[in-house]
Amino acid sequence: MPSLPIWPTRASAYAGQVDFLFLSLIVITVLTLGLVVFLLTLFAAKYRHGSNAVRHEPTKKTWRFEIAWTAVTLVIFVGLAIWGADLYTKLYNPPANALQIFVVGKQWMWKAQHPGGQREINELHVPVGEDVRLVMASQDVIHSFYIPALRIKQDVVPGRYETMWFRADKVGRYHLFCAEYCGTDHAKMGGWVTVMNPREFADWLQAQGGQETLAAEGEQLFRRYGCSGCHEPGSTVRAPNLSGVFGSPVPLSDGSVVVADERYVRDSILDPKAQVAAGYSPVMPTFKGEVSEDDLAKLVAYIESIGPNSNGDR
Amino acid sequence: MQASANETYLNATVGIRSWLLTTDHKRIALMFFAGITFFFFIGGVAATLIRFELITPGPTLGSADFYNRLFTMHGIVMVWFFLIPSIPTTLGNFMLPLMIGARDLAFPKLNLTSWYLYMAGGLLTIAALILGGVDTGWTFYEPYSTFYATGYLILAITGIVVSGFSSILTGLNFIVTTHTLRAPGMTWYRLPVFVWSLYSTSVILVLATPVLAMTLLMLIAERVFHVGIFSPQLGGDPLLFQHMFWFYSHPAVYIMILPSMGVISEIVPAFSSKPLFGYGFVVWCSIAIGGIGFLVWGHHMFVAGQSLYASLAFSFLSYLVAVPSAIKVFNWTATMHEGWIRFSAPMLYAFGFIGLFTIGGLTGLFLAALPIDVHVTDTYFVVAHFHYIMVGGAVMGYFAGLHYWWPKITGRLYPDYWARFAAIVAFFGFNLTFFPQFILGYLGMPRRYQVYPPEFQVWQVLSSTGASVLAVGYALPLFYFAWSILKGPRASANPWGATGLEWTARSPPPPENFTKVPTVVRPAYQYVRGKPCMQAGDV
Repeated sequence: MPSLPIWPTRASAYAGQVDFLFLSLIVITVLTLGLVVFLLTLFAAKYRHGSNAVRHEPTKKTWRFEIAWTAVTLVIFVGLAIWGADLYTKLYNPPANALQIFVVGKQWMWKAQHPGGQREINELHVPVGEDVRLVMASQDVIHSFYIPALRIKQDVVPGRYETMWFRADKVGRYHLFCAEYCGTDHAKMGGWVTVMNPREFADWLQAQGGQETLAAEGEQLFRRYGCSGCHEPGSTVRAPNLSGVFGSPVPLSDGSVVVADERYVRDSILDPKAQVAAGYSPVMPTFKGEVSEDDLAKLVAYIESIGPNSNGDR
Repeated sequence: MQASANETYLNATVGIRSWLLTTDHKRIALMFFAGITFFFFIGGVAATLIRFELITPGPTLGSADFYNRLFTMHGIVMVWFFLIPSIPTTLGNFMLPLMIGARDLAFPKLNLTSWYLYMAGGLLTIAALILGGVDTGWTFYEPYSTFYATGYLILAITGIVVSGFSSILTGLNFIVTTHTLRAPGMTWYRLPVFVWSLYSTSVILVLATPVLAMTLLMLIAERVFHVGIFSPQLGGDPLLFQHMFWFYSHPAVYIMILPSMGVISEIVPAFSSKPLFGYGFVVWCSIAIGGIGFLVWGHHMFVAGQSLYASLAFSFLSYLVAVPSAIKVFNWTATMHEGWIRFSAPMLYAFGFIGLFTIGGLTGLFLAALPIDVHVTDTYFVVAHFHYIMVGGAVMGYFAGLHYWWPKITGRLYPDYWARFAAIVAFFGFNLTFFPQFILGYLGMPRRYQVYPPEFQVWQVLSSTGASVLAVGYALPLFYFAWSILKGPRASANPWGATGLEWTARSPPPPENFTKVPTVVRPAYQYVRGKPCMQAGDV
């Protein structure tokens, strides 16, 4: 027997909130459509040509009706807009201390890198009940990371980091899709998100082997690409020391201030002259085309690990 | 004017040159009709193959590249060579001068130029699709189009730009015509709503189409000469492309639907034998939709990485643009109250339009809700939604108008029984095709997938079944219209008992439309106890 699914699996509390809004909209839709169909049918039957129904002179003062249904529609619509906005804003406010996983999209696969250095392709393993934050980049075209069971999706645009967070509440295996058309095998660019008990997740991480942590790999790259030559204390070139920088505000030479997040660190490696820290001259060369997205993720993880909130083991 | 009583625009002159060099808006409308029917057929073949491919979860007909070219072709042809020009260039071209009491459009030669540009653009694009196709999707997202697309992209885009000039010229022509060629007594508030809709549509065509042309020319500059604009590899911004593309392509949806709303606003009063309820509100809703429609493009980009505040504003404005559409539905419904309703084919198509457009509009509310859009954007939910608007709405309206004005255009009647049957078949076929796609979309099935998880198959098969029913509904008119041209009974000047100026002219009209320019003595859609009071009077 072929299956006949009508509702997608719900794997997070947020998904439940989205479903509730969706169901409310269905109720509004059914009521409105029901009203229109009912009136159309009633009028069609009662006032069909040749019926003996009573007809008055058509009313000239239609504006009372117009004002009434315009006002009612407007109020309902504004209410829906606010409801949606309230829920959407949550997606933009990730909780602090979420487990951070780097994701790189490329034609036609998703690659994930865990803080411990574990890597997977077209699979994403996460612990249940824990906040997870994805920092995503694309190596070629626009892709879109989509997990229907969590009701979340984010386009991954090349040239910048996009982030997305979630907390899965239900253990299971859920579809992972690429939702933005990206070429020949777009339909095959996906796999599974596996939500596991924390204990099993720890075992899984262990079983992936004893790689170095992402930050440790980043530290090696930090030396190999020559970053340390300028950015470490005691170097001959005057460049900002990067310890404690991540997550804190950085005054720029044009007078503005940015918070040094993943996107700022990445941009500073690829386009160092765009946002120069105040008091420093723009002497750093660009690393565009020399550092892959995978390596960028490691470098960012390293810079993050020496930030003020660093806990050493990330 | 001593023209014989038998002279019509069809038989006044003969020979192929008399058509290809004509400046008569009515003949140009028929030439557009031929072109549009051709492209509708091409797009329809692609749609049929898509639905066939999706019957099984694995590959059915061909490779992934074949499928990608198929949906790209379907989108490009249907959007630019069928939906956008459909009503304005055929029914609009034919009826606008007749409805305002003019002998032709303001610039008849420009009108002919529009047709040649449209055909040239269409054939360039078709050539690209035949030579090897395009694999970008109709949206040409960057940086895919610059660095990763294969096939004859430049040729296809050139065709779209060329046909864009056709749109601009037609829009310009309609605007000037409406301003300058109205018959004596035809004040702005006596204009039929169809004319208002065409006017609003024309303003969008003139303002938005140049932005599309610029965007596509920049795309060509980047792909051919590597001028960095949209691709991050060249220092460009992919989101800039999306902003510019949707700045045109969202208003383009209103280019498609406003004329259909105009058609429905003609048909509902005519077949209810009652004035249109709230004429002024319906008119200003058309204008409002045209205006606010320019401010909602960002709702295509809620997950694209635009700023949170932009998304919040675009969500709010998207709800706002839905208000005038809702008002129109209420007004059409109220028009039927205490009317004398006849259920001829045009009215059945109009019923179909109202039902399907209402579903399309209401599901737009789902997509305007930010968190729901995050889940269902780029899934079949969006596909279903815009097909309800663009096929259920715009195409149903096109068919409604075609059946309504057919006796005027050809001077012949068609078998009403078969036409009503076709309307009902198309309505049910449409719903069977596209309703399952709402469910697929909420389940999470992404669009533009040739292969898909097997649990979605039942809904896909239902959808494909519906598509074959819908195809029958769309093919039937070809047969009874052909029969009508050959053997249909002659139509009188005003077979439906409508009140507009076009029903004062003979069926089919003489080359100069009116032997004597009519004088307009009353507003549109006036009836006294179900009896029409013509707009034209003897003064």
